[in-house]
Amino acid sequence: MKRPLRVYAILYLCFLYAPIALLPVFAFNDGTVIAFPLKGFTWDWFRQLAGIPALHAAVLNSLKIAVISAILATCLGVLAARAATRFAFPGKKGVMGLIMLPLVLPEIIVAVSLLVVLLQLGLSLGAWTVILGHVLIATPFAIAILNSAFQGLDRSLEEVAVDLGETKWSSFRLVTLPLVMPGIISSLLIAFTISLDEFIIAFFLTGTEPTLPVYLWGQMRFPQRLPVIMALGTILVLASVLLLAIAEYARRRGAARTGQKEAGGFL
Amino acid sequence: MSDGNRGPGFGRSEAAQGYLLVATPLAYALLLLAAPLGAILLFSFWSQDYLTIDTTLTLKNYREALSDPLYRQLLLRSLLISAAVTAATVLAAFPIAYYVSFHVAPSRKAMWIFLITIPFWTSYLIRVFLWKVILGYNGVFNTTLLGLGIIDEPLTFILYNANAVVITLAHAYAPFAILPIFVALEKIDRSLHEASQDLGEGYLSTFWRVTLPLAMPGVVAAVLIVFIPTIGDYVTPVLVGGPDGRMIANMIQTQFLRLNNAPMGAALAVLTMAMVTVVALVFVFLNRRYLRGRE
Repeated sequence: MKRPLRVYAILYLCFLYAPIALLPVFAFNDGTVIAFPLKGFTWDWFRQLAGIPALHAAVLNSLKIAVISAILATCLGVLAARAATRFAFPGKKGVMGLIMLPLVLPEIIVAVSLLVVLLQLGLSLGAWTVILGHVLIATPFAIAILNSAFQGLDRSLEEVAVDLGETKWSSFRLVTLPLVMPGIISSLLIAFTISLDEFIIAFFLTGTEPTLPVYLWGQMRFPQRLPVIMALGTILVLASVLLLAIAEYARRRGAARTGQKEAGGFL
Repeated sequence: MSDGNRGPGFGRSEAAQGYLLVATPLAYALLLLAAPLGAILLFSFWSQDYLTIDTTLTLKNYREALSDPLYRQLLLRSLLISAAVTAATVLAAFPIAYYVSFHVAPSRKAMWIFLITIPFWTSYLIRVFLWKVILGYNGVFNTTLLGLGIIDEPLTFILYNANAVVITLAHAYAPFAILPIFVALEKIDRSLHEASQDLGEGYLSTFWRVTLPLAMPGVVAAVLIVFIPTIGDYVTPVLVGGPDGRMIANMIQTQFLRLNNAPMGAALAVLTMAMVTVVALVFVFLNRRYLRGRE
């Protein structure tokens, strides 16, 4: 059974990577139509990216939103993961269930429900409303990563620090925090990536300044923009893969530091 | 658990400390998730009166949603597409999870899982868009087949219909299905297989009678984690669905942003969630009975 399963696994990976593999192929193709055969090599589409002010504004807006969302989601994640792994309290399952709910909730439900409330309160939409939504959906991912970071922690280390005269806060800062730092970095990067890629919530809550995915969505209607989108997509995918590789590296180092066995992957 | 009263900083009870920590994320979730969801529920019982919202409670939206063939068809189609995506994704994912868990060397498992999850983290919008490029009339798939002389004219049944939506979503949600099944398979005690085979069971019957029942919690998690979000997908139906592939999220968006009929949009959102919840509960119930029947 091993041989056919292996063939299947490799075919499946091809299926998973097929669309992404096409990105660089057509980003460097010297033709406006996305089809084989290829026409020739060009940097033109990347060069054009440099000359679109609206795109640059969208990128900056997205980066700003992603950085703030990542920091807030990770802070909330640290609090929740610490509470969930260290303390027992009544109603824990329900509380954590509610906080983790956005993981399975369709994003459009999150988006419209926030939109309704914000509009009813008479608040204007903007980058901050997108941040509110992104923190909500990124926090469960942060908690999932940080849970495993806190779980691997040997509790006696903190107790020793307290016995040696440190306060609870200083023992957390001096002992616990350095040990879970790789988990925190990994959580920051994942939350950042989620926010950077998220479309639906940004689409509903963005107001007049589009984020990068919202800008991209607007461009997708124009066939002549296709190659430029491919070039932009190539850059985005490279950036995502780079961030993920760093996050995975940080997570593994954290696992090694707290003496955990390799558990494999996020989530 | 004995450190409840140790040292100066440990005076508070364990429960109080837990609540203190979880208070901020909980408050955030209550304010920005629970309250807005409650608001949507309330809204769905109001009605739009041209420019103003009539706040007397009424079932009018629900009556309209359930009697108008347009809404009924969209709800039903979303459910069917979502179910098809779930079946395709989970069935295709199981062998992969099985392969990685049982046939990949432990030291290389993390690499496989990493490889499987990478595509998921790249821009969702771009990935869906790429499927449009691949499956289109003049797309990569058709031009390649034409160029190779396998077909004489472009295939049209692969874009702008429900098939395209199913393919694209099955691709997008693949890691969501693989990971929970993989985790469940990893937990299975390997000696059970040896025992089963020592007792004379073959490869297939060991799989059927030992592995599959033990992997069921992972399969259930995979089904739920794919089924629930896909029913509310907005991007895929718009990009590759065409008129026959539209789903309920597109209508919810139209109600909120174009028709300015938030109460109707809210009712459709509530109905979608209710439908998903009922199907999910039925599925979990049937699975419990299946597992109990095996004991």
